[in-house]
Amino acid sequence: MTATLTVLQCGPGVTVQDQGRPGYLAYGLSRGGATDLLALAEGAALLGQSPELAAIEMAGMGGVFDVSEDVVIALTGALMKADCDGTALRWNASHMVPKGSRLTIGAAREGVYGYLHVAGGVDAANRLGARSAHLAAGIGKPVKAGDMLAIGSEAGSAQAGLKLDPDARLSGGMVRIVPSLQTASFASEELTRFEATGFKRDPRGNRMGVQMTPEGPGFESREGLSVLSEIIVPGDVQITGNGTPFVLMSECQTTGGYPRIGSVLACDMPKVAQAQPGTEIRFQFVSLEEGRDLVLRALREWAGLGKRCTPLVRDPHDIPDLLSYQLISGAIAGDET
Amino acid sequence: MPNWPELCTIGTNGLLIRFGDQLSEPANRAALAFRAAVEREGWSGVEETSTSLVSAYLRVDPAFPDMDALEARTLALMASRDWFAEPLPEGRRLWRVPTVYGTDLAPQLEEAADVAGLSVAEAIATISGTQVRVQTIGFAPGQPYLGALPEAWNIPRQTALTDKVPIGALTVAIRQLTLFSVSTPTGWRHVGQTGFRAFRPDADDPFVLRPGDEVLFQETTPEQYHRYQDAGDPDGGAVAEQIA
Repeated sequence: MTATLTVLQCGPGVTVQDQGRPGYLAYGLSRGGATDLLALAEGAALLGQSPELAAIEMAGMGGVFDVSEDVVIALTGALMKADCDGTALRWNASHMVPKGSRLTIGAAREGVYGYLHVAGGVDAANRLGARSAHLAAGIGKPVKAGDMLAIGSEAGSAQAGLKLDPDARLSGGMVRIVPSLQTASFASEELTRFEATGFKRDPRGNRMGVQMTPEGPGFESREGLSVLSEIIVPGDVQITGNGTPFVLMSECQTTGGYPRIGSVLACDMPKVAQAQPGTEIRFQFVSLEEGRDLVLRALREWAGLGKRCTPLVRDPHDIPDLLSYQLISGAIAGDET
Repeated sequence: MPNWPELCTIGTNGLLIRFGDQLSEPANRAALAFRAAVEREGWSGVEETSTSLVSAYLRVDPAFPDMDALEARTLALMASRDWFAEPLPEGRRLWRVPTVYGTDLAPQLEEAADVAGLSVAEAIATISGTQVRVQTIGFAPGQPYLGALPEAWNIPRQTALTDKVPIGALTVAIRQLTLFSVSTPTGWRHVGQTGFRAFRPDADDPFVLRPGDEVLFQETTPEQYHRYQDAGDPDGGAVAEQIA
């Protein structure tokens, strides 16, 4: 029988996400997929499974879940308070959630997008080659209370009790960009000022794009708003009519006519995604060659995250009910064959 | 056109081949033909291609070892022929899409006609009488940009956005029409309403229109429109015939 994850409660920004739906740009459909792809890779590493499997993305707020069978889960991305039947669960780790117990995930304390991964992946309907919801395109729906999500049957060797120290990315900071289609139409003083400016991640932000409000005046290109509509890629920083930059995220539109001042490196997009409203972000230009090299190195690191997972060892002092544990359960009688 | 095409990069792993900085029929055709040529050749390292109005885009595998060679190959293909003289794609169709002009279904017809300096009757006649071509699919899934309308329709977008137009809304600006495939805010003026769904996520062919297809937005009555809607017809009464 297929194991299921039942949603008892959840926040408004919860969706099933995977690496997205490539191949449909020519038809006006952006790739979409997890906003923090590194968090997706981290969960896959903790569970020893393919990063192509789908997980549950939780924007700002988690939910309450129970499972129909024993299931190994992993928690990554934005730091959220989590417990299983009242026992606190470490974030960035894998855990066993026994059948019938209740998993509770609270609000994000740091970062925006938290991820709940299950061994075997979330087996949502495959539409156009992916399981991820693309709400802007009308593909899939938000996860809501009462949903029963099927868990994939390819649970391999998932192991509870692993942890991974994640790359720091939840509190903003420097984001690297390469020149983009209209960078040259900004005066060099504008580009210098862009790099010297601190931006606050605006509350206006979602899976399509995030506004970055400058501490000073906005930015102006020489072409103004007369740019002919061209392809948009996630990471593009478009300067809208009032001079405010928007970083375009995974679910962005496929074409647009606002000038693009630069494009955020794919490896720095998790930092943009995870910046809570009010968090400071700065942009720094790197050359195209350097940018390509940085992305390539990051992708290799993401693919090798499994090697960085280590056993979750608990300090006995942190276990309040130590004496109630069956501490000799690993002992054997000696006559086993 | 001595300066075109030109090659630019977008992001760290995108190549953009531009055939102009203004929309023109030859540049649009050139972009479609260039993309088709790259698809035919099946270049190693290129994971996906698409076109916008006058440019073609190649998305390259970030792990592809030799971007320089790929750029050289792109430049060689750009120089290999006069792309502006290439024909339109094959397999094109003419769609006749029943459209309600004005009424409460498309409330900005009068305003748009006014901006274009036309009477409402002239506005309907010029839009419904022009066989427009799908120049690109973009912004939202399956959503076509069509043109070109007569010069009178070179009107700007609104400065303020309309909160939401429904699926099937026919909107106008800068001598182009857009037929919305999703319900979304827009700066384009809503002059007609169709029952045509340009994106059908659960259908075998979810994206109905192709660049190069041509469309006549023929006038119909609200009563007929509602009959198509009530029947659940995703074509909204539209019919297609092969033209090339």
